[in-house]
This record gives sequence, structure tokens and C-alpha cells, in this order.
Amino acid sequence: MEQKSISLKLKVWKQKNSQTKGSFETHSMNDVSTEMSFLEMFDVLNEKLIQEGKEPIAFDHDCREGICGMCSMYINGRPHGPWHETTTCQLHMRAFNNGETIVVEPWRANAFPVIKDLIVDRTPFDRIIQAGGFISVNTGNAVDANSLPVEKSKADASFAAAACIGCGACVAACKNSSAMLFVSAKVTHLALIPQGDPERKTRALDMVAQMDKEGFGACTNTGACEAVCPKGISLENIARLNKEYLLAGLTSEL
Amino acid sequence: MNWSQLLRSSIGKKIVMSITGLFLVSFLVVHVGVNACIFNDLFDTNDNGDMFNRAADFMGSTVVIRIMEIGLFLGFIIHIYQGLALELQNRSKRKKGYDVQMGNRGSKWYSRSMGLLGTILLLFLILHWWHFWIPSRFTHSGLEVPVLLSNGRISHDMFLLMKVTFSEWWIVLVYVTGCISLAYHLLHGFESAFRTLGLHNSRYLVMVHKLGIGFSIIVPLIFALMPVSFKMGWIG
Amino acid sequence: MLDVKIPEGKLSEKWTHYKGHCKLVNPANKRNLEIIVVGTGLAGASAAASLGELGYQVKAFCFQDSPRRAHSIAAQGGINAAKNYQNDGDSVYRLFYDTIKGGDYRARESNVHRLAEVSTNIIDQCVAQGVPFAREYGGLLSNRSFGGTQVQRTFYAAGQTGQQLLIGAYQALERQIALGNVKMYNRHEMLDIVMVEDKARGIIARDLITGNLERHFGHAVLLCTGGYGNVFYLSTNAMGSNVTAAWKAHKKGAFFGNPCFTQIHPTCIPVSGDHQSKLTLMSESLRNDGRIWVPIKKEDSRKAKDIPETERDYYLERRYPAFGNLVPRDVASRAAKERCDAGYGVGTSKQAVYLDFTEAIIRYGKIEIGKKGLTTISESDIYKLGVDVVKEKYGNLFDMYQKITGDNPYEVPMRIYPAVHYTMGGLWVDYELMTSVKGLYCLGEANFSDHGANRLGASALMQGLADGYFVIPYTVGNYLADEIRTTNISTNHPAFAETEKKVNDRIEQLMQIKGTKSVESFHKRLGKIMWEKCGMARNAEGLKQAISEIQNLKKEFWNDVRIPGSIYEMNPELDKAGRVADFIELGELMCLDALTREESCGGHFREEFQTSDGETLRQDDKFMFVSNWEHKGEHEWELIKEELKYEEVKPSKRSYK
Repeated sequence: MEQKSISLKLKVWKQKNSQTKGSFETHSMNDVSTEMSFLEMFDVLNEKLIQEGKEPIAFDHDCREGICGMCSMYINGRPHGPWHETTTCQLHMRAFNNGETIVVEPWRANAFPVIKDLIVDRTPFDRIIQAGGFISVNTGNAVDANSLPVEKSKADASFAAAACIGCGACVAACKNSSAMLFVSAKVTHLALIPQGDPERKTRALDMVAQMDKEGFGACTNTGACEAVCPKGISLENIARLNKEYLLAGLTSEL
Repeated sequence: MNWSQLLRSSIGKKIVMSITGLFLVSFLVVHVGVNACIFNDLFDTNDNGDMFNRAADFMGSTVVIRIMEIGLFLGFIIHIYQGLALELQNRSKRKKGYDVQMGNRGSKWYSRSMGLLGTILLLFLILHWWHFWIPSRFTHSGLEVPVLLSNGRISHDMFLLMKVTFSEWWIVLVYVTGCISLAYHLLHGFESAFRTLGLHNSRYLVMVHKLGIGFSIIVPLIFALMPVSFKMGWIG
Repeated sequence: MLDVKIPEGKLSEKWTHYKGHCKLVNPANKRNLEIIVVGTGLAGASAAASLGELGYQVKAFCFQDSPRRAHSIAAQGGINAAKNYQNDGDSVYRLFYDTIKGGDYRARESNVHRLAEVSTNIIDQCVAQGVPFAREYGGLLSNRSFGGTQVQRTFYAAGQTGQQLLIGAYQALERQIALGNVKMYNRHEMLDIVMVEDKARGIIARDLITGNLERHFGHAVLLCTGGYGNVFYLSTNAMGSNVTAAWKAHKKGAFFGNPCFTQIHPTCIPVSGDHQSKLTLMSESLRNDGRIWVPIKKEDSRKAKDIPETERDYYLERRYPAFGNLVPRDVASRAAKERCDAGYGVGTSKQAVYLDFTEAIIRYGKIEIGKKGLTTISESDIYKLGVDVVKEKYGNLFDMYQKITGDNPYEVPMRIYPAVHYTMGGLWVDYELMTSVKGLYCLGEANFSDHGANRLGASALMQGLADGYFVIPYTVGNYLADEIRTTNISTNHPAFAETEKKVNDRIEQLMQIKGTKSVESFHKRLGKIMWEKCGMARNAEGLKQAISEIQNLKKEFWNDVRIPGSIYEMNPELDKAGRVADFIELGELMCLDALTREESCGGHFREEFQTSDGETLRQDDKFMFVSNWEHKGEHEWELIKEELKYEEVKPSKRSYK
């Protein structure tokens, strides 16, 4: 791919910590190679800011290959930016035009308070998993791996749901700040395989209860979450969670 | 888990919305069926609303239906109350909003505007009750002259009330607006209700999706044709 | 001096014997024993969860915002296990043998055999946890083959095996957190080990949000902090992967084993410019179908498509006809470097070779035609059908390649180049995974133990989980059984105060430098020195130069680094500064180790020690040992050897011709 240089204006959210009010800061960037990743463009900007004696912009990132789920930027009104099924770290500057203004905001949701600049607190996701997103099997208790065959289509669907990276883009995109896509992906992953069956009911009930407690909104099936999910987690998972929840709720004892 | 825990959870509230919503959808079928009797006027020049008045008389005088009406009211109240409550609650989950909105990239405007569409429908509904339901049940204003039906019964002339009401341009416009809101409300609500109730099989979801589009176009269209037909003088 | 604590008996019975004779801690006492686990990748998460299940009080630490983000998550290909589900002759012994041979006879037999033994339990455990491994239509588990083996023993979940395994361990960990057995500290970084009377008794950790230092006591401390490939700046590691925890332990007396053993992975997306911050791996599985080549003509600037078949050099197939494109990683990497250095590289940088799928696409296309019974069909249709098959097998990798490079790999061959991927070296541990510091353990990639001088594909996940799930629960008990009388040491103990003060002084010192150059710029310079002089090929002169350059870089760093912000706030630049400072010191030790090891083995290629056709030349009579380095002072280390004795396997020359 041929390499081009473009100039950009970057409007980025700055916020010192969770207690202070933040505001936007604008930076001009020249000679941005279109071969750079979006985060490498931030690296270059931060290097410049440090040289100028200013504070660099804090942002979450780690693996930079689209799998750890740490990166989380709301770019030009879309979580993870304009490319379909792509995390912020895999987004490249080829996606932008010369002279463009790029607005970068943190995930916005009461449940995800800003820690600093573009970094938010996503520990509610961990607590939702703690509520039931697991199979209770102690180390050493397992039977032979091939003792329980799993229908291939179900195993594949379970894997597709388990591909969730927990980045929170679904919450960021949802008008209700709902975490239903995240919760439903975990419930589906474990509901479709026989190992997950014994805890199927309590899992759905407990995870949804924790989700509500954390301050996420309700799902209204708009589909914005599915559209921005970097791993292509399907909206059908939410419908499945609804079914799991309803059946569990109707058949549970008092 | 007790009932209140179930129904007050985020999914429980949505289940309430979908069940009442689908109940109201079934009411729409009855409502549009009964009202469509006015169009008999197009085929039978001697009808003069007789078929419609007979249907209206039947609905008004049958005990079972009157009892069901109470259920209908409950359905409306719960759907409206829960809908408004959910809307407010969902809005409160993001105190600090975005500078750049996502807009239609990823979702349809009407799926994000169910609260707004529902509110328009509520306002329309109040007007609609004022126009027809309250006169037919209580005040009888505009219904002072009884009509003799072809089955020998004497009843209110609801056909005439419609004709008079829909002679005003602004009322016709308000009703058409109401019907458009209904169409968009259904376009999202119909399929969404099934999803909320747990329908996840892609085969049936496709079916429900198509059915939903058909329903959301046909039913509101028939409703909208009523005021328009009176005003244009196609019937009455 | 070194007590390796290998149990008595036949190799295949050592672990069983150990388990039958190690000391146990009764459940009531477990409740009073605290264990600190640093790092929550496969090794850390599985250890923390398993120890929590046993009833110990566990505290787990990770620098990321959630334990689920540890870099084990990025492993693509798979995990080996000697299940022999394919009935193709696999066994515990074969897995053991392949691993020892793959490691070029520089790993400890007893540890590797234990690894092979527990590999089967890992798969059982993961499946029970709900890990959705790939399955056949009959509902049973599927396997594929990987480099350096002749059986199909690799279990996988598409190209996301590491992710699925980590999520399994993470879920087990979260369950223990919910039960109150594990307390989790996210966004915390361990900055030192606290020693009380020659035993590791706790850590000093920094809360990365507030900047506050915290003291944590533990009867034992487990480091599961991964590898140090980021010493090269550019690697396939995550941006946050670092050596700090291991390095602090090293400075507190833990020996560093084989620091120079680094794995360079042959198939990574090449560097595109100075802005590059990390390198992305293209899974080894691609070499099953892709053919690697360069033009026969030097400096050939034609496009790949315009170079006719007769003018292409499929150099791996030419040099290694027996294994072809599937030679082990170290061999493939060196061969690519050799071609590029000789002027045959492709792309704008000329530091890349082609990985070409054209032939595979056409082959698959023809098979599809056969399957579908099509008769009249054009070449482009064959190609299209083949593309569909390749898409199904490797679609996510091809997409990733396209996003990063902007090229469509279905139409033009991929350009690839070797990149730092894994470090076989690490803290020295005995059979029980205890370092040379009492009560301080090291698990997973962070230790040196199982892979010798080169790791085989799909073995890293196996080792991380083996250590965490099945080894440490036994071995840590053997130590803690004698600690039940040790009541919790108060964090007001002078040892804690003193260690915390040292950590604090260092942070303040860093902040007070107020120099002119960013942390990143030092890291880049260190990486360049390491890659050029201690990378794929090394020689005595270069290594000596590197040592002096690194020593100068260290001086410059401590005089001229600029760290913005302040201490008591979230300050990623300060976090990074601490890590880079440690990398600089590690870099020097790696060069020293590489200089001392006068032989070529596995990933360690000393140019002075090669055969006439450029292959590695081992010096078994002189270097059949693990090089352990004891820290003695600034720029000073003492070499302590652990001789390797091979009872089962006879070391021979690795040949893939």
C-alpha cells in the first residue's frame, strides 16, 4: 500500500481524574502517515506533547492486535471508529482524509466513570462475571474432555458468543447504556454447552440482577451494539438471554 | 425469585412492555376490523354506515366485550406507565452525553424514538377518546339522534359522528399523524416484542420481521384511510 | 549450590512420586495462609483460582484494568496435549521428546516430562470450564498439527485459543473472587519483593490510579508476569508486557536463567515505518498452506505478480526439502533474515519475504470443483472457490493483515518478516517452581524452565496452565506446610517500611530528573541496540559493543529522561519509565549471557558457531547447562551453572533437511 501523509485536527477529551470536570482540547497534527494505526498516531501526538512540556493524553491500550479489549475510544461519534468489526488499535489512518477533524471521546455511561482523559472504569463487567459468568468446576474435578460430545453447530455458536472481548463498545453505543450484549454473550456461551447446563438458570438470573445493580440501562433492541461490536457478537444472543431469563424466572422457586 | 423481582428487573420490565404491546396489537386487529365496516359504503350505496353501526352496537352491548374492555384499559395503562418509566430510566443512565452522536449509524431512528412515538400516540389517544369513546359511553354528545339498524335494533349513529368529526381538516391531519406514529411505533415494537420474549431462532425472526413490516404498514394505512375517506367524500 | 529438588526415581514416575510424598496443609490451616499472585495471565489466573479453591487466602495483582486482558489472550494457534485422540501414535513420551528436541537440548528433563504428563488434564479442565474448543461433526474435539511434530495434538478454538483459555481461567478466578477466596487488585503494579529473614514475605505494589504505594503480606509470593520480549521495543508482546516484577525479584536474589534465549517468530507483519509501536503475528498455522519465497534476482523491484515462477526462490523448500515451509520457528526466521541481508528482500523496506497462498487457493479450488461435480469452469472461478476455502480456514488472520497493511492478501502475497515473540529465558526455578529465593515462585513464561533454547508452537499455553492448575497447588503446599506457625507479619514490620521507602525513593528520583527525552525514545534506542546486536544473529564483538552502549544509555536515561505529570495521579509515562529502566538493565544481562554462551542453539545463534551451510552448531561438551545469573551489583553478575543431565533422551543434532 502506498504511504501518504495527511494533516489532521484532533479534538480530544481531557479530564484530570474522576472528580474534576473535563473539557475538549484541540491539537493539530501534520505529516501523519496513513500507514500508522490510530493509537500510533496518539503515540506521536503524546511524544510531541511531552517535548513541548505538556501533559500527554492518557488512553487504555495493551495488546494492539484487537483481542485484549483494553482500547476504548469513541471516535467521530462511533465506538472504535469508522471501520466495521475493528477495535481502535486495529483502526488505521487510511480511514481518514487530509484536513479532517477527528473528535475522540471516552466511553460515556454512568456505569463506566472516567478515570482519566479517555480511560474509563470497566470493573462492572468483572462484577457481572463474578455474579455467575462461570462454570463451578474446581481444578482436578474434570472428566475426560471427550466424554461429553457437543453438537458442532452449538459448539460453534457458543464459540462465536465467547469471542466477546469485554471492551464495552456495546455499552458506549447503546442509547440506554445497556450491557445486554455483553451479558448475553456470556450467558449464550455457557448455555449452549452441556457443561454449563447445571447453573443455567441461576446464571441468567444472577448476572442480570448484577447488571441492573451496576447501573446499566434496559435493552430496547435498537441494534446499535451489534453494529459497533468489534467481534461481531450477534443481537440474537440478547433474545436468547431474554428466553433464558424468562424461563428461569418463571420456573424458579421462591 | 418472586414475581415482583422478576417483573421489576430490566428484562422483566421489557417483558411487561412486550406482553402488553402484543395484547394491544391484537386489539388493533379487532379495532381496525370493526372500523373497516365503514368501507361497505363504497360497495353498497344503501348502506349509509349500517354495517358499521351494527358492529359498533354489537361491541357496545355485548357483556363479554365490555368486560374485556377493562382488560384493554389495564393493558393501555400498564404499557403507557411502564413505557414512560423505562424511557426516563434509560435516559438517566448516561448523565454526560457525547459531543458527536452516533445517529443512524447502527440503528434506525424510530427504534431509538419509541418513547417519543409513544408519547405522540398517547396524546392522540386522549383526543381520540374525547372524540368517540367518551360520547359513545357517557356524554352522547353528537349522538342525540338514534338510528334504526337493519337488524331491528335502535342504536347510536356512530357513523354520523365520524362523518361530522372528520369534516374538519385539522382533525384529519392529526389522525393521519397519529397513524404514521403508530406505523413507526409498530415497525420497531412488533419485532422487538418477540425478541424480548426470547425468540432467537433466525428462521422465525425473519418471519416475524416480515410480518411486522406488513402489519405496521397495512393496519395504520387502513386507519388513516378512514378520516381521509370521510373528508374527501369517498364515503358518507 | 543449586538445589534443583528433582525427585528420585524413573523419569516417568518422578511426578507421581512427588505428589505421593509432598507435605500437605490441612484445610483449617490453609485458611490462615496468604498467597500473593502477581499477574493474571494463564499461569497467574489458573494459579490464583486453584489456590483459592483449595482454601488459601489469595491476593491477585494485575496492571491491566481487568485480569481478562493479560497477554495470554493474544495466543492464536492452539494448545498441545498428549491425548492421542487421533490415534496417530501420540503419547506423553512423544510430547516430552518433541519438546526436549525442539528446545535443542537445553531444558530440564524432569520438568518437561511433568509438563507432558499433566497436558491431558489441562484439556479436561478447560472443557469442563466451558472452553469452546473446535469440534468435529460427531461432537468430539478436533486437532491440528503444528511445527516440529509429526502428530496432530494441537487443540484449538479458531485463531483465538489463547483468548478462550484465558477466559476459562478468568472465569474460574472471578468465581473465587465472588466466593471471597481471592482478592483482586486491578491496575496495580508490583514494584518490589519484601524479604523477611531471607524469605519472600510480601510485595510493594503501586495503585496505578492514585499513585499510592501499598504493602501486602503473603506467606508465599508467585510471579506469573510473562516474558520480557519488549526489551526489543518492537515485539509481538502487548504494550504493557514488562520484566519489572521478575527483575525486582532478580535484584532480591532470584537467579535469572538463560536470559539470552529469545524466540523470533518467522511470520509477522513487517515494520512499516518509524512510528511502529508493535508487531503483529500471523499464526504459524499459515505455513501449512502458504509458500515462502523471494525473487531469485537481487533488488528485484517488480511486483510479486510480475515475477514468473522460474524467477522465484522458495528458499525454505530448497534448503530444507524434508520439512519445507514447516521447519521450526528459529530455522525459518534465520533463513528469512539471511535472504534479506543478502539483498533479496521485498517491499519498500526490503526487510520482508513473501508468504504466498496462490498455489493453495488453486489447489483448494480444484478440490471444490471435484466435490461439486462441476465440469466447465474458468480459472477465475477456480480461484474464487479456492478463496472461499482459504477464507474459512484463515479468514480472521487475512482480515487482520488487510487492516494493518491495506493490501488484500487474497490477491497479492503477504509480506512477512521475523519478530520477537517469546522469551524462553526467565527466573530460574527448581522442580517445585521456586526461585532461588525461598517462598518466591515463578510460573509460566516468566520462568526459564520448559522450553530450552527454542519453544515449539502451542506449548506456551500448555506450560502456563500446567504450572498454574496442576503443579503449583502441590508444590506450594510442600513449602507452606512448614509455614503454618508463621503468623501474618504486620505490614508495619521494618522490612516493609524499608522496601517501600526504596521504591518511593526510586520513583521520586525518576520524577526529579526532569530531562529532555521521553521514556519512549529511550525504549526505542534500547530496542534498536538489542535487535541489531542481540537479535537473530549475535557475535562477540557486537555483544561487547552492545553492553557498552547499553551502559551509556542507562547513564543517559537517569540523567535526561523527561516524565511529565506527578506521582500521585494516574501517570502512564511514570509507569513506563520504571519498566524501561528495568529493561535497560536486563538488556545488559542478556548481552552478557549471549556473549558467554559460545555456541549456537535454538534461538541463540552465534555467528562464530555455525556449520558451513549456516546451521546452528551446539557445543554440548562445554555448554550443556543452564546459565543462571546472580545479581551482585551494578553491571555485575555471577554465573551459576545448572548442569543438564539427559537420562532418557540422547542429545543429537537437530536436522530438518
